[in-house]
Amino acid sequence: MPHPVLARPDLIRFEGDTPHLVGSRCDECGEVYFPATDSCTRCTATRMSPHDLGHRGTLWSWTIQGFLPKAPYNGGETAETFQPYGVGYVELGSGIKVESRLTVADEAKLQIGMPLELTLIPYRRTDDGEVHTFAFRPAASA
Amino acid sequence: MTQDVAIIGIGLHPFGRHDTLTGRAQGAIALRAALKDAGIGWDRIGIAYGGSHDAGNADALCNDLGLTGLPFVNVANGCATGGSALASAVAAIRSGSAEFAVAVGFDKHPRGAFNPHPRDWGLPDWYGETGLMLTTQFFALKTRRYMHDHGITEDALVRVAQRAFRNGALNPQAWRRREMSYGEIAESMPVNLPLRQYMFCNPAEGGAAVVLCPAEVAKRYHAKPIIVKAAVVRTRHHGSFEVFSPALAAQQAPAPTVTASRAAFEQAGVAPRDIDVLQLQDTDSGSEVIHMAENGFCEHGEQERLLRDGETEIGGRLPINTDGGCLANGEPIGASGLRQVIEICTQLRQEAGARQVPGNPRLGYTHVYGAPGVSGVTILQR
Ligand SMILES: [Zn+2]
Repeated sequence: MPHPVLARPDLIRFEGDTPHLVGSRCDECGEVYFPATDSCTRCTATRMSPHDLGHRGTLWSWTIQGFLPKAPYNGGETAETFQPYGVGYVELGSGIKVESRLTVADEAKLQIGMPLELTLIPYRRTDDGEVHTFAFRPAASA
Repeated sequence: MTQDVAIIGIGLHPFGRHDTLTGRAQGAIALRAALKDAGIGWDRIGIAYGGSHDAGNADALCNDLGLTGLPFVNVANGCATGGSALASAVAAIRSGSAEFAVAVGFDKHPRGAFNPHPRDWGLPDWYGETGLMLTTQFFALKTRRYMHDHGITEDALVRVAQRAFRNGALNPQAWRRREMSYGEIAESMPVNLPLRQYMFCNPAEGGAAVVLCPAEVAKRYHAKPIIVKAAVVRTRHHGSFEVFSPALAAQQAPAPTVTASRAAFEQAGVAPRDIDVLQLQDTDSGSEVIHMAENGFCEHGEQERLLRDGETEIGGRLPINTDGGCLANGEPIGASGLRQVIEICTQLRQEAGARQVPGNPRLGYTHVYGAPGVSGVTILQR
């Protein structure tokens, strides 16, 4: 199956059909970054290597975006068609917390600590089709 | 020995919506009022620091006030613009490079939430384009985690807003002067849960200015000079939880508010328990709750009890945002930090009318926080 069209292909690498987030890791002190950076704000080093951040995590904090964001947001909805979406920080294996869309936007179904996994969701439509971005959804199995 | 610096003039153009006035015009009104309060002319000002986020260069004020050739430094530090301008003006007087200095700010924002552009903040375009770069989201995410870690409930968020509007109703210069019931706030529209409509301040318009000089000559210009015991600005460290962060480090570090506050208390030689009246950045209810502890005024988790027991009211032990804060005054970014300073000066001069803190307050405190992780703290003394 072809992979979906991504807003930023360099944030994602595929292991089979499973998307993983890609960041960077400081060669000197080991600090992990997302998105990838070319310098380390922890130790000020400038030698960084690409780093696979994996595809599983737990919900560290969350909110529900209740209004249509202004530009530069380009999801394309109108005030009438806009549907609130979930946003959270997701803690990954290394301890880094990545800010991400959540597939769930129901406060009754979101809880700090819940297991999540990475997915790709369409967030915008162009003449060429749907454009996807990364999001986390409740994990199928722990 | 460090030269003490005093505030001898304050001027405010009330915050709100003023369709017939430019932001700069509101800054000029505030600046003229501050000069009049100090009893000196613009031509005697030796240096000026000023800022505006959306209403043009602050040094354009010289076109209104007079082209006297003074050095005028434009300051652009987000919500901490006013605090940064004041800290710079204080440093200029301490160093002897000017006898009279001005810190001024003004703004005029479009209606609705701020819409920052990623590149201005060193961030990739996708972060804004996919709907992750909103200040309201950050405040909600930081508040949610804080509530989880420290056992705070929605009750505290409602009470902060309720007190802000109660104080705003006592302040003739406030923008929002209507008290709101607990239910009206608790059931208002969800903006970014756990934060709702009436728990957020709105972008606004207004101007604010202060005039400063060496403390030893201050009484010649004003009967009630206010001494700046500390004026400190600090930026974030690696690992602190800041606005506009696509990711947070594994190891958390203290916020710039914590480092600025500690440095200010050390500089002033006083402790949080000595403060009689204070202003804490309340872009939203959650931020104020967090800032109470980050500035050292209580333990983490103690806020809800203090709010419920009325300790943060005008007549309480820890009167916070006596003029209604950002919630009741709105936030013109360039002017907001100086509004806080002006309110504390007004309280210490005992000129706050219906909202005056009782008991002859002697020491006051102000705190601003701005993107992308800047805090400014001042400690002021009668
Ligand atoms: Zn490093």
